[in-house]
Amino acid sequence: MGAGHGHRLHFHAHSPIHRAPAHLKIVALVVFMLVVVATPRQAYAVFAVEAAALVGVVLLSRVPAPYLAKRMVIEVPFAVFAVLVPFVAYGPRIDVLGVSVSEPGLLAAGALLIKGTLGVLASLTLAATTEPQDVLRGLERLRMPDLIVQIMGFMIRYLDVVTAELARMMVAMRSRGCEPRSPQHWPTLARAMGSLFIRSYERGERVHLAMLSRGYDGRLP
Amino acid sequence: MHVPEGFLDVPTSLATGAIAAAGVGLALRGARRELDDRTAPMAGLVATFVFAAQMINFPVGAGTSGHLLGGALAAVLVGPWSAVLCISVVLLVQALFMADGGITALGTNVTLMALVGAGIGWLVFAGLRRVLPRSTPSIVAAAAVAGFVSVLAAATTFTALFSLGGTLPVDPAKVLVAMVGWHTLIALGEAAITGLVVASVIGVRPDLVYGAAPVLQARELEIRLPDSQVVR
Repeated sequence: MGAGHGHRLHFHAHSPIHRAPAHLKIVALVVFMLVVVATPRQAYAVFAVEAAALVGVVLLSRVPAPYLAKRMVIEVPFAVFAVLVPFVAYGPRIDVLGVSVSEPGLLAAGALLIKGTLGVLASLTLAATTEPQDVLRGLERLRMPDLIVQIMGFMIRYLDVVTAELARMMVAMRSRGCEPRSPQHWPTLARAMGSLFIRSYERGERVHLAMLSRGYDGRLP
Repeated sequence: MHVPEGFLDVPTSLATGAIAAAGVGLALRGARRELDDRTAPMAGLVATFVFAAQMINFPVGAGTSGHLLGGALAAVLVGPWSAVLCISVVLLVQALFMADGGITALGTNVTLMALVGAGIGWLVFAGLRRVLPRSTPSIVAAAAVAGFVSVLAAATTFTALFSLGGTLPVDPAKVLVAMVGWHTLIALGEAAITGLVVASVIGVRPDLVYGAAPVLQARELEIRLPDSQVVR
């Protein structure tokens, strides 16, 4: 298989953040997120400090802002939800631009949006500055069970292979006038997914045999 | 729907994290029984399949879409312990590399989608399999119902967690109505796709469907001769 072994979220560069040991970056990310989540919802000064620290790390990592911004669209469904909160929350109502909304709901939604955005940006920064293999080694050093690390390794290795296979199936379906999203064509979609499962499973069997023939004994070197 | 950062407070997140760690620990032991030394490559590829399956969105209504959770589907296809392991790894990879689902909410997401999703899905499936007649159509029906129940169970568990440690001033009863109402639609899609996928795999490689194993043992070889005589 000649597919790339990296993942699309990694941004190749040379910076102190890229060079930092992966396990330290993972611990830093988890601690940072715990602090962010524990921050009271109206402590805007603390949020400002946290945001400044994160932006500092991003600047130091030399990952271009548009690169991260493009990948932050993952947050959109959640942002839409946060916008709805003030309308359904309880508590005293206030008028914002002539629309009556709940005041505690508005504050909570604001805090949720800040925390969510910081979380997405922090996770993307880890992904952008750390090769997947280094993340795996970092998790290993943090005493993540060996089997979990191995499963993650296989998942990352074959992610592009399997999703590309799915994409080809979808192109094949669409070119035959079949719209996978429409419930009318779900039986066809399900057959495609069934065969994707069989292909993935059989690929796993072949990989396992190939590993056995190279001396695999349940642990990776 | 992955729970994002800051939705539940720190104590609740830590508690669900502990539950998730204990559940995944049990699954690590159980998966070795289901897959023996093939565990790492097989679970890795099945996790990749679940990830790919989750990429397919289906319209739910009002211009929005839901996606497959895949807990019940994975449990029926590869067994409950491997399914818990696969879904947990999918969530871990999504949180670490794609910022899909919060880092502090990882325990919550694993509890909801892996432990409750795959766990309840499997229990419902195994219960129905015992009650229904021993045939492949009943496996498909049981898988579909398991898919439906698993989504609603995950949505209900989320509401329970929200009432314990939610950070939003929204009435939990309102959240329950919204979550269950919304997820009933998603659950219908999940049920249809779970049933159809299980049916299609049973049609081609019935030996790969873990949940269908007891049904298949009852089959015997049939040789059909040209003059429609059947030799057993």
